Amino acid sequence: MNGLSFDIAHLLAGGLVLVSFMLLYQARMYALLNLFALHAVVLSLSVAWQALIQGAPHLYVTAAIALGFKGLVIPLALHRIVQRLHIHRAIEPVVGIGLTMLAGMGLVALSIGVVLPVTAEAGSLAREDLAFSMAVILLGMLMMVSRHNAVSQVVGFMSLENGLILAATGANGMPLVVEISVAFSILIAFIVIGIFLFRIRERFDTVDLHALDTFRGERR
Amino acid sequence: MALITDLIVQGAQMLLVLLLAPLLTGFVRKVKARLLRHQGAPLLQPYRDLLRLSRKEIVVADTASWLFRVAPYLMFSAIWVAAALVPTFALNLVFSWSADLIVIVALLGAARFFLALAGLDVGTSFGGIGASREMMIAPLAEPAMLMIVFTLSLLAGSTQLSSIAAYMSGPDVGIRISVGLSLAGLVIVAIAENARIPVDNPATHLELTMVHEAMVLEYSGRHLAMIEAAASLKLLLYVSLIGAIFVPWGMATADQGIAAYLVGVAVYLGKLAVGGFVLAVFETSVAKMRVFRVPQFLGAALMLGLLGTLLLFVSRNL
Amino acid sequence: MNDPGTLLVWSVLLIPTGAAVLLALIPAYTVTARLNMLASLLTLAAAVGLLWARPPTSPYLIVDDVNVVFIVLNTLVAFTTSVFSASYIAHELETGRLTPVSLRFYHAMYQGLMGAMNLALVANNVGLMWVAVEIATLTTVVMVGIYRTHEALEAAWKYFILGSVGIALALFGTIIVYLGARGVVGEGLNAMAWSELVRHAAAFDPALLNLAFVFLLLGYGTKVGLAPLHAWLPDAHAEGPTPISAVLSGLLLNVALFALLRFRMIMAGNPGTLAPGPLMVTMGLSSLLFAAFMLYRRHDIKRLFAYSSIEHMGIITFAFGMGGPVANFAGLLHMTMHSLTKSAIFFAVGHVAQAKGTQRLADIRGLTHTHPLLGWGLVVGVFAIAGMPPLGVFMSEFLVVSSTFARQPLIAIPLVVGLLVAFAALLLQVSRVAFGEPQGSSEPVHASYGPMVLHLGLVLVAGVYVPAPIVSWFQHVARLLG
Repeated sequence: MNGLSFDIAHLLAGGLVLVSFMLLYQARMYALLNLFALHAVVLSLSVAWQALIQGAPHLYVTAAIALGFKGLVIPLALHRIVQRLHIHRAIEPVVGIGLTMLAGMGLVALSIGVVLPVTAEAGSLAREDLAFSMAVILLGMLMMVSRHNAVSQVVGFMSLENGLILAATGANGMPLVVEISVAFSILIAFIVIGIFLFRIRERFDTVDLHALDTFRGERR
Repeated sequence: MALITDLIVQGAQMLLVLLLAPLLTGFVRKVKARLLRHQGAPLLQPYRDLLRLSRKEIVVADTASWLFRVAPYLMFSAIWVAAALVPTFALNLVFSWSADLIVIVALLGAARFFLALAGLDVGTSFGGIGASREMMIAPLAEPAMLMIVFTLSLLAGSTQLSSIAAYMSGPDVGIRISVGLSLAGLVIVAIAENARIPVDNPATHLELTMVHEAMVLEYSGRHLAMIEAAASLKLLLYVSLIGAIFVPWGMATADQGIAAYLVGVAVYLGKLAVGGFVLAVFETSVAKMRVFRVPQFLGAALMLGLLGTLLLFVSRNL
Repeated sequence: MNDPGTLLVWSVLLIPTGAAVLLALIPAYTVTARLNMLASLLTLAAAVGLLWARPPTSPYLIVDDVNVVFIVLNTLVAFTTSVFSASYIAHELETGRLTPVSLRFYHAMYQGLMGAMNLALVANNVGLMWVAVEIATLTTVVMVGIYRTHEALEAAWKYFILGSVGIALALFGTIIVYLGARGVVGEGLNAMAWSELVRHAAAFDPALLNLAFVFLLLGYGTKVGLAPLHAWLPDAHAEGPTPISAVLSGLLLNVALFALLRFRMIMAGNPGTLAPGPLMVTMGLSSLLFAAFMLYRRHDIKRLFAYSSIEHMGIITFAFGMGGPVANFAGLLHMTMHSLTKSAIFFAVGHVAQAKGTQRLADIRGLTHTHPLLGWGLVVGVFAIAGMPPLGVFMSEFLVVSSTFARQPLIAIPLVVGLLVAFAALLLQVSRVAFGEPQGSSEPVHASYGPMVLHLGLVLVAGVYVPAPIVSWFQHVARLLG
């Protein structure tokens, strides 16, 4: 693995983890959506670079899908949704931002500590991608857990899927079937999300999930 | 003979930083004023201020103790030593074996310690406010600084500044995101430590917005001159530190001749000018943060440093 | 493409897909209901044909001993549920709880779900299996929220979020398995084909497989409804229409568990891995105990049986975790019996809820007096699910308990405690519902009794006598499972 090409791959994958962190502490909706677009752009750059160094042209398609769909279409659509539904634009975290960030750091350290020893036999690029993608996945889950707002939970879920795409591209040679299907499922998932966001808005004044919690059926 | 020349060069560096510090401060002020479409004070005004202050009489409060008189000297000497250790125009000078990043952090910490004590010493409330705010900022800035030190020393294999600078100017570094993250973190720490906008306003007269200024409110005369000189030296220290680590090219090594030294000085002056300009532009374009947001700002520096270390750990262990 | 096996397996996949497209275009309810039943019947026929004619194993599709009876079971329950659904939804339309607009995609989604589940069962490529499970999840999410009440939306949202996170973790596990296989089998399709993976399993890196299995267990385990990942299950069952509850409990949980079993077989092939058994045993036991105690304080009838599903999935996972021929046999038998019984119970419950106009247990009383066939059907079903002899579930539970006592007596104690607690809770609840002073309306309901009777009949027969070919098939698969 050539030094420079590995460095750039490391730069892009590390950048993805950094943007995931930045997603964690956003307090305002529009900033969150813009950052998510940046997340998708960094992902597509990373995938495109992997396509270049692995010599796998089908990955360019994945990069294009990530860029076009998750970098442009979805943030724009979510912008519109937030505007039209007058969704409450400040995002309150469950615990303080400091604790959330520390938890995030712990998760990154955990994923690095778990993945690197286990994958001792795989190539360095694959190991690094797997470690970073697990970090992005865990940060996405942390984001889903530490927010009350449905839109930010959706963004957290999508950043989680970005991490999965990174893992899939890092495992070179993975057949196209999976990649297209991942993108395909994301499309469907978003349509469903969109439908539910609209319908939730019909029923409540905010997309604040605290309001939903009062209908928790568990106690019945 | 060689030893004498080396000592002379080292002494020249120590004197150079002392002389250049007020110039840098004046340059930053001038650029800021020009950006705001004022004329601004002349470039050499800080020299005149220092001179004027050193000629004035000291007025010391009745409640002040011996610490109050001693603190400015301690502060000044600690910061001058630290600033003199940072490589400016040449690497591997005579005292560079002691130019360890951790030593510099310790010296700066000692200086801050005495300043805070001096602020508390007189017993006024402004001094107390300044000292407590400074102590809120410091425990966040120092760990961030240490994380950055870890990253850099993991990369270069040593905490000695000359080795780090030599490594960074070599080909082994490559493009590393950890370096970028460390740079961002170091800039944030530098802003916090030098009491610049957005953390603190160096030109403010409102006590409620002061941190550094509040601690030195009681000082006058040559004490104040020493403290002002120390503050300028601190700014110079950080700018040269950033220049030496992240823009390490152009520095002469100890065995080259006078010409290389002169080139090194010229490059160093250029780095200072660029650094000062960027600082001035940054200060005029950002607003000062509210005091309780400063911990978040510094927390970001800590996170950047931590992340840089973690990412470096990954690439080292692959 | 000429041999009958390939034709049959493609029909099993394409009939539901084609039907889904067709049904999306036709708005009239009665037509789509009949088409739905017809498509399910055809798929069932094709699946039965697969018992005799199997296609050759391709990198994408496989029909082997492990999945062929599950395919038949799947399509059978799908067919009977479509019959039930026709009358159930007709009643919902009459009472106005559902509108033709909201029903428009119901049948299309139903067939889409069937197609996706069939694909998950016959997929050889583990990525394809994952895609199929994801599509199945998405179609059920839409259907759970179809009533559009506050509670239905919350249930659908919770199901969506938890299901998606589970699916994402399962994909991560799948990628790690691919990484482990790539070094041995080489890149490309072969490294994702289950048949190849299980053949070369001994050569994979055990640490990678361990990591992968943890993610797969968490991911697919969420879909199976194992505690503590079960939070979506009771709400989804209670708030969705009853045919969907039947399909969720009877089929989708099985399919998710089947996916987990595929990977367990890979793990079992590698002696260096952490045994998957203890993990599965722990999760199964905790699900069983948790659900058994939760059965006591339920107030909603569908929620009650949802917790019963969690309990039984826990028992099955426990059985597969114990491993060995007897426990695996018991697990397989239990999967089949539970599928048939739980769907029969939901058939009854659906009509009961419609007849009484409520799902609250406190308002449903004296069923055997007001609606005898439904009431007694429900009683038989609950006896079956609680594990009374001579019904089928008793035998599988007995086998699990006896094999556990033989090998790990200490673990058998909480197992038996859980089973007894659940037994008592279910009998308590059903005695209140079925007997006693009639409450609620007594009007007759146009119900389709056929599916319920058929399923319960099968369960009764299986409890008394299981035909030898089926026994030997189960034993063979139990050995394969390791």
